[in-house]
Amino acid sequence: MDQFAVKVFVRLRSSVLDPAGEATKSASIKLGAEGIKSLRIGKMIEVKIEGNGENEVREKIDLLCDRLFANTVIEDYEYSLEKL
Amino acid sequence: MDNFTVGVVVFPGSNCDRDVSWALEGCLDIRTKYLWHESSDLSDVDAIVLPGGFSYGDYLRCGAIARFSPLINALDEFVKSGKRVLGICNGFQILTESGFLPGALVTNKNLNFICDDVELDIVSSKGGWFNNVDEKQTIKLPIAHGEGRYHCDSDTLKKLVDNELIALRYKNNPNGSSFDIAGITNEKGNVLGLMPHPERACDETIGGTDGLFTLKSLILK
Repeated sequence: MDQFAVKVFVRLRSSVLDPAGEATKSASIKLGAEGIKSLRIGKMIEVKIEGNGENEVREKIDLLCDRLFANTVIEDYEYSLEKL
Repeated sequence: MDNFTVGVVVFPGSNCDRDVSWALEGCLDIRTKYLWHESSDLSDVDAIVLPGGFSYGDYLRCGAIARFSPLINALDEFVKSGKRVLGICNGFQILTESGFLPGALVTNKNLNFICDDVELDIVSSKGGWFNNVDEKQTIKLPIAHGEGRYHCDSDTLKKLVDNELIALRYKNNPNGSSFDIAGITNEKGNVLGLMPHPERACDETIGGTDGLFTLKSLILK
C-alpha cells in the first residue's frame, strides 16, 4: 500500500457570486492594499489516504470530490497529490 | 385524521422539528412521528417533513453531510412511490444537496442571517402545496436563514419556468436568489422545498396562518 497526501481545492464557480470574497476584498482595500482586482474565497481539504498506486487513489479522490467535497452545481474542484 | 402519519426527520442539529410537529398536531390534528436520521424504515409514515435547523452543524455545506444519512438514502424509494416530502429551510438545502430538487442554496448576498416576515407570490400550485384559487395570490411567511440564496444555471432555470416548478417567489428578494425563487417542486409535484417556514405561521396569535395550507396539504394523496 502506498500513502498519499492530497490537497483538494474547492472553489465557487466563477458564475456564482461570492459575497464573503467581496467583503474581504473591501476590507483588503481598507487595509491599504492597492491593485486588488478580484478576491474569491475557497476551501482547501487535506487528506491522507492509502491505496494501491496513484491511479487507484485518484479514483477515490475523484469520487469524494464529486459526491461530497464539492457541490458541482456551484463549485469546481482540483487537487494535487504527493506520494509519502 | 384517520391514521395518516407525517414523519418529522430529526438530524443532529435540527431545531424546527418540534415546531413542525406542534403545528401539525396542535393546529391541524395531524399525527406525527419523529424519525431519527439513522432510521431507514419509512414504512409507517405517509408523508415526510425535513425540518429547518443546522443538520450536522452545516459542516462543509448546508445539507451536505445529511445527504449521506440512512434516512435520506431511504427517501428515494419513498419519493418514487409518490408520497409527499416537504423540505423547509435546511430541509430544502438537504433536498438540493441530495439531488431531489435542482440547484443549490448559497450564502445570502448581503452576508446577513436574515430573520424577517416576507411576502411571497404563489407562482404554481403544482402538487397542491399552495392555495392559488385566486389568479395571483400572495402569502406572508417568516424566513430565518444565512444560506438561502437559490442558485441554478440558466438551463435549469428555463426548465423550472417551462415546467411550472417554481412554487414561490419573493416579492422583495431578501437574499439575492436567482429569479426571486423561494421554493420549488420536483416534476411530479410530490416534493416541495422552500426557504420560508410555514410551520411558524400556523396560529393567528403568533403571526399569521398563511402556512397552514401547505402543512395541511401533506395529507393529499
